[in-house]
Amino acid sequence: MLIIGLAVLLAYPLVMPLLGKPFLVGLGTRMVIYALAAVSLDLLVGFGGLVSFGHAAFLGLGGYVVGVLAFQLGADAPLFGLIDGTNQAWIAWPAAVLVTALAALVIGALSLRTDGVHFIMITLAFAQMLYFLTVSLKVYGGDDGLSLRRRNLLPGLDPRDEATFYYVCLACLVVFVALARRILAARFGTVLRGIKENQRRVSALGIEPYGYKLAAFVLAGAGAGLAGALLANQTRFVSPELLHWTKSGELLVMVILGGIGTLYGPILGAVALILLETVLGAWTEHWMVILGPILVVVVLFTRRGLYGLLTEKRSGIAARGADDGGGHD
Amino acid sequence: MRRMLPSLSAFAVVAGLVATCLSSGASAADPVKIGMITTLSGPGGYLGEDVRDSFQLAIDQEGGKLGGVPVSLLVQDDALKPATAKQIVETYLQGEHAKILTGIIFSNVAGAVVPDVVESGAFYISPNAAPSNLAGKECNPNYFAVAWQNDALHEAAGQNVQNHGYKRMFILAPNYQAGKDALTGFKRFYKGEIVGEIYTKLDQTDFSAELAQIRAAKPDAVFQFQPGGLGITFLKQYVQAGLKDTTPMFVSAPSMDWHIMEAVGDAAIGVQVASHWNVDFDNPASQQFVAAFKAKYGRMPTYYASQGYDTARLIGSALKAVGGDVDKADAFRAALRKADFASVRGPFKFANNQHPIQDWFALSVDKGADGKPTLKTVSKIFEQHGDAYAAECKM
Amino acid sequence: MLLIVEQLLNGLQFGVMLFLLAAGLTLVFGIMGLINLAHGSLYMIGAFAAAAVGRLTGSFILALLGGVTAAALAGLAIEWLVLRRLYQRDHLDQVLATYGLILFFNEATTMLFGRQPLFADVPAALGGSIEFIPGIPYPVYRLAILLVGGLVAALLYGLIARTRIGMLVRAGTTDREMLRALGVDVRLLYTAVFTLGALLAGLAGAMAGPIFSVQVGMGEPVLIQTFVVIIIGGVGSIRGAMAGALLVGLVDTMTRAFLPGLLRSMMPLSEADALGGGVSSIAVYVLMAGILLWRPRGLLPAHG
Repeated sequence: MLIIGLAVLLAYPLVMPLLGKPFLVGLGTRMVIYALAAVSLDLLVGFGGLVSFGHAAFLGLGGYVVGVLAFQLGADAPLFGLIDGTNQAWIAWPAAVLVTALAALVIGALSLRTDGVHFIMITLAFAQMLYFLTVSLKVYGGDDGLSLRRRNLLPGLDPRDEATFYYVCLACLVVFVALARRILAARFGTVLRGIKENQRRVSALGIEPYGYKLAAFVLAGAGAGLAGALLANQTRFVSPELLHWTKSGELLVMVILGGIGTLYGPILGAVALILLETVLGAWTEHWMVILGPILVVVVLFTRRGLYGLLTEKRSGIAARGADDGGGHD
Repeated sequence: MRRMLPSLSAFAVVAGLVATCLSSGASAADPVKIGMITTLSGPGGYLGEDVRDSFQLAIDQEGGKLGGVPVSLLVQDDALKPATAKQIVETYLQGEHAKILTGIIFSNVAGAVVPDVVESGAFYISPNAAPSNLAGKECNPNYFAVAWQNDALHEAAGQNVQNHGYKRMFILAPNYQAGKDALTGFKRFYKGEIVGEIYTKLDQTDFSAELAQIRAAKPDAVFQFQPGGLGITFLKQYVQAGLKDTTPMFVSAPSMDWHIMEAVGDAAIGVQVASHWNVDFDNPASQQFVAAFKAKYGRMPTYYASQGYDTARLIGSALKAVGGDVDKADAFRAALRKADFASVRGPFKFANNQHPIQDWFALSVDKGADGKPTLKTVSKIFEQHGDAYAAECKM
Repeated sequence: MLLIVEQLLNGLQFGVMLFLLAAGLTLVFGIMGLINLAHGSLYMIGAFAAAAVGRLTGSFILALLGGVTAAALAGLAIEWLVLRRLYQRDHLDQVLATYGLILFFNEATTMLFGRQPLFADVPAALGGSIEFIPGIPYPVYRLAILLVGGLVAALLYGLIARTRIGMLVRAGTTDREMLRALGVDVRLLYTAVFTLGALLAGLAGAMAGPIFSVQVGMGEPVLIQTFVVIIIGGVGSIRGAMAGALLVGLVDTMTRAFLPGLLRSMMPLSEADALGGGVSSIAVYVLMAGILLWRPRGLLPAHG
């Protein structure tokens, strides 16, 4: 079954040119990248019960790492006197992941001292700080953002070819989802879900929840960082808008729309939201007046977002029961 | 494993759907497509609306044509998001095979998408935003700015203050790139003393702290660049603090237009504006434009509208020269460079970097015959003024 | 010295204005536990309706009434149609639904009123300024806002702490089943409280119209600011919201007023400007993060 599903995703860039719409491959790439960011957020929200309202900070940070490294390539002096610029994906992308993971470690270590609504707001606070930091980075364009001359080089591949780049992004998504599944199926996932259900009980078992939550936060941050690096390459542009709180809100909307705690749902949510925006936007300038109520209707009439809607239709109540086990079969 | 199926199959279904929705094939006999990416939603939405409406007006006046060539105008809202604008550009260029793009209001969106457009061989003709890099080192034969170079707006304001003879100025702008550029541009031509310089927050709602500083500094006058809603808020609070009676206010064009005057009412009266166009210009092109715009849309055209109209007419003049065949890129470009159209601004030509060389005027907000504030042209600030970056452009 | 006094006053007044904006949100978010992102939209509706009524009638009182009524009606409508079905659901479902409502309200307002900002002016009776501290002329309208903010605080505090409805609401947040067992119509109670919250948002919008810009999307920055205020003060407490609002107002105003000057005396001009602008932009968020790290439940939380 997985093979059929993957085949659909794999076929997308091949089918579009046949339909005479090769330019839609780029749209698919954007969906896949946002799907990656949404899945990483779902790790936190859906499995750890940690609602982050600052996830876009990591998306933007990952993008800025790629952007700044590319910018330094043309600069006179290395950054901080140490770091030379690069245009190589195998350096820039891991660097993006590493930097965002470190940022997530710091922000998470502080934020996780709070919980619930306070956690939502403290993550927002840190994201806003990073947002205003990027706005004031005059060297890197401030709020006008930073353009990349070309995409990062991938050994043996042509990143300028849309289909190739699509597959690279898809590979990143698949690897991240597989990794997440492995982790969630292991002891780590059990503890994480336990924390979400009842933190006190987990503590009573002698397990310190803080470390687990922090690990989840770092993993999610790194995932978003990778998505940011890909996004910077796809659009060849980074700007503070990537870190704005409305972007964090958008990522949350993707997760909730697709289905919280389902791991695959957020993929669906990302695809649906981008698609709705694009199609409605092409159709009428008043697209928001239609999109808004659609979101409301989805909340009112589904249990686990679009994912819940699809699975329930397919196999009735049994699927709903199975869903509660989380994202692994 | 089978869980993955629904999302994937849905992906396939919707992909097909979007493909059918988003484009149509093109054939040789079709009208020339002009792709407009503009900002229609959010607080900046009325700027894009004016550009779009006046562009459409120019087309309608010719019965669906520009320069005698049938055109079709595609419009999409970028929601002030560079990434969204990039997506729209991709659809226009590859899906619709449009060769002429226009419409962007904000510099950050322009900076993100213009390189893509010109690299693909298409033309981008800006009705508003014109960031400095695109005017200088990164100027491009396929990029034209019809309105101004961003800095020129504030240079004119600086010279305006200089002409009024004020020696002690307090200046302020939001803490972002356009704000910093504004104050730099202002200082390029204002030669007196700066007694205070403040960068305000982008999301600021209350200005009482800044107003107190202005009062304490006792300047001759104030120059502020607070675009759109920020400007409305600032102006209202400036008047309420009683500062307007003691300290005249100078602004550049983006901080004062008809919509802002409507929104602040009498508070606007007495503000000194530097602009390249005003509704009371007495050249025939401007007079017929203002009358036609008012008749069609029932409101006063802002200077954004005048720029949209000029952009459409410029494109029309070049389309006429190549007989509607945009694939003759060199001929089309040469025709654009000539700027052979009657601009509503009067004399108009392009510099080597394809940005305007034009006159700038001092306007003041007066009480009109109907008791409402109105913009009145007072004097000329600059004669045939270009921009500071043209020398860096190697064209 | 006089400047410091004036800036302190400005900070206080900004704080009270923030409280006025936050009052409705405290009620709905803090006390009912409903995350309503569309609170900013209700504020926008209040401002637009007030501006429209003001233009038609020329009366500030009618404009105020119009703004408050429109926001309350809109609040009643969304509670009845959407939100009442979501009280039992996850917070995140509320987030998605109210996010959808923001999109809808913003675009619907654009379609109704057009894209240009609306006119709203200070009423003649409250125009001008007075010097109640010599040397500092102060706008009368701002004093009126101080007054209204204080009044709203007192009324809300009285309502929550002293009346039967307040008692029920407080009880409802801790144990809803108990209320039901006592024969209280929880549904009606919640509708009433939500509508009151919407009404307060509308009041804030109508009051803010004459000094801010009445434009589409005006609610979102305000939404974030007021959330910050409530979180700093401590969720669910009117006193906390007031404390948070004053603190945010003071910190924001004082950093904007004095930080750039301070930095200029220590470093080159251009760097000082860049740093000063940047720091005052994030000062409020640093404050919030700092307070949450020091006291994870805010300054004056409602429940212990």
